[in-house]
Amino acid sequence: MTDTAITISPDTPRATASHIGTAGTHVHARSRAALRACAWHLAPWLLPALLFLLWSVGCARGWIAPQILPAPQRVYDTLVDLALSGELARNTLISLQRVLLGFAGGTLLGFTIGGALGLSRTLEAWVLPSFNAVVQIPVLGWLPFLLLLVGVGEPLKYLLIGHAALVPVTLSTMQGFRQAPAALDEVARVYAYTRWQRIVRLVLPAAVPTLATGVRLAFTKAWLALVVVELVASSEGLGYLIVYGRQLFQLDLVMASVVVVGVIGLVINRLLDALEKRLRRGTPSAFRA
Amino acid sequence: MRISLARRPTRPVCACEATVETRRRRVDLRGVALPIVAVALWWALSASHVVKSGLLVSPVDVLRTAYEQAGSGALVRALLASLAREACGFAIGATAGFLLGGALGLSRIAARIVGPSFDTFKQISLFAWIPLISVWFGLGDAAKVVFLSLAALLPVAAHTCDGIHAVPRKYVELANALRYSRLQLIRYVLLPAALPSIFTGLYLALIHSWLATLGAEYLLVAGSGIGNLLIDGSEQFRMDIVLFGIVVVGVTGWALNALARRVERTVLSRLHIANQ
Repeated sequence: MTDTAITISPDTPRATASHIGTAGTHVHARSRAALRACAWHLAPWLLPALLFLLWSVGCARGWIAPQILPAPQRVYDTLVDLALSGELARNTLISLQRVLLGFAGGTLLGFTIGGALGLSRTLEAWVLPSFNAVVQIPVLGWLPFLLLLVGVGEPLKYLLIGHAALVPVTLSTMQGFRQAPAALDEVARVYAYTRWQRIVRLVLPAAVPTLATGVRLAFTKAWLALVVVELVASSEGLGYLIVYGRQLFQLDLVMASVVVVGVIGLVINRLLDALEKRLRRGTPSAFRA
Repeated sequence: MRISLARRPTRPVCACEATVETRRRRVDLRGVALPIVAVALWWALSASHVVKSGLLVSPVDVLRTAYEQAGSGALVRALLASLAREACGFAIGATAGFLLGGALGLSRIAARIVGPSFDTFKQISLFAWIPLISVWFGLGDAAKVVFLSLAALLPVAAHTCDGIHAVPRKYVELANALRYSRLQLIRYVLLPAALPSIFTGLYLALIHSWLATLGAEYLLVAGSGIGNLLIDGSEQFRMDIVLFGIVVVGVTGWALNALARRVERTVLSRLHIANQ
């Protein structure tokens, strides 16, 4: 939620404070403004706090059966147990290894295919329609096929996660390679750039923001694919912990694992956000939109 | 009074158009070459019996399975079951998402209170919720529809909110100068200006909920649907069923895409709103 919103909503606290001019109410006004600023900063925590309160009170009073929603304390205890026994670290490492290897493979392949398609119109004409047709089939559609072809082992996970990352990277690389500004392209022609120089000095820098967006999207998709494939076909990993807990009706285990999945996804997303911003700042201003 | 943002330009008819048209047709032919070669190779491989595996079915087998599935009505039943759930979940999720996104976009207080929680929730992998949803709503259609509507809600809410935030300030200033009431501002300025973005959200929601339909059918196995067809085929080692199912999934996804694009184009051109 950006603060650049056009709005009809109340003014920011600072603006209100300056409206009140008289000396007598000045201190009063300032404390009220401070209060409002405080409320403004705390507002995002209101909803989570309320939900958490409802959850813990509901469980303590017995409004909610523990088979349906275990108490927060139990979820926390399970989380600590998991962490202390080393189960959590083991399964998390397996999941991370899968997602990182699959993601790296898919991204590299995506750069290659997307770069080739972006640079050569001929190749695009031959290959792109087939690529588009294959892309129509979601990762989940390939799952039963690959399950038959390569079995339930590790290759299945790497292939699916790699495929999930490959598609957005390929498409954005192709698009990125096409958007070298026409004016700079003319300059490059005047300077008689070789093909290689044109790619390195012109096409690549212009493509960086689009590439960053593609990689970012690719990671989101890879993480999603990891969770799905571990839920459907796996005997270790975070997704497996969720399914295992569900089968034993240990909802505390399920919720603890969901929390871990959520936190890891969130942290990596934030990291990539920062990286993307960095990359965008690094591009020469001529390439900014 | 209505602010019409931009008129859709009428297509110029000129000589260059014809050459573009013919070139595109030739491009299409080149694009078909690769799939034809792939199918021919596949056929040759399966006919030559070099690889002795029950998994290597020939294209003819797949066609036969397709014919059987379509003829016996199994395909129609599965597809209808999936699409009915998809439509139901999409309708619920898109409506709720539109309302939520509208609230987030229009009110700064709502955005401040709900926004960060929403953003966090958005980034958690949706499929991780399926086991919990299955405990709370069972394995039947109710659980699937809940999951689908969640999948549809997120993109619609995010894009509705973004669309309203991206409305140029000058439009709002003009509306203020004309003393529009709040309702008029929403009806004649904000909604039309945010519509392209809202459509992007709806379009994404359609794709996500189709994906979620498959996922829900894999993970909540009760009932029938195209996902169950695929999983059953996989469990019975019937590669022909799996391949046929994949094609059906791909074609359905493509058809949903095409439908969404078509509706978007029609509505936007009716309202004289240019898509960015």
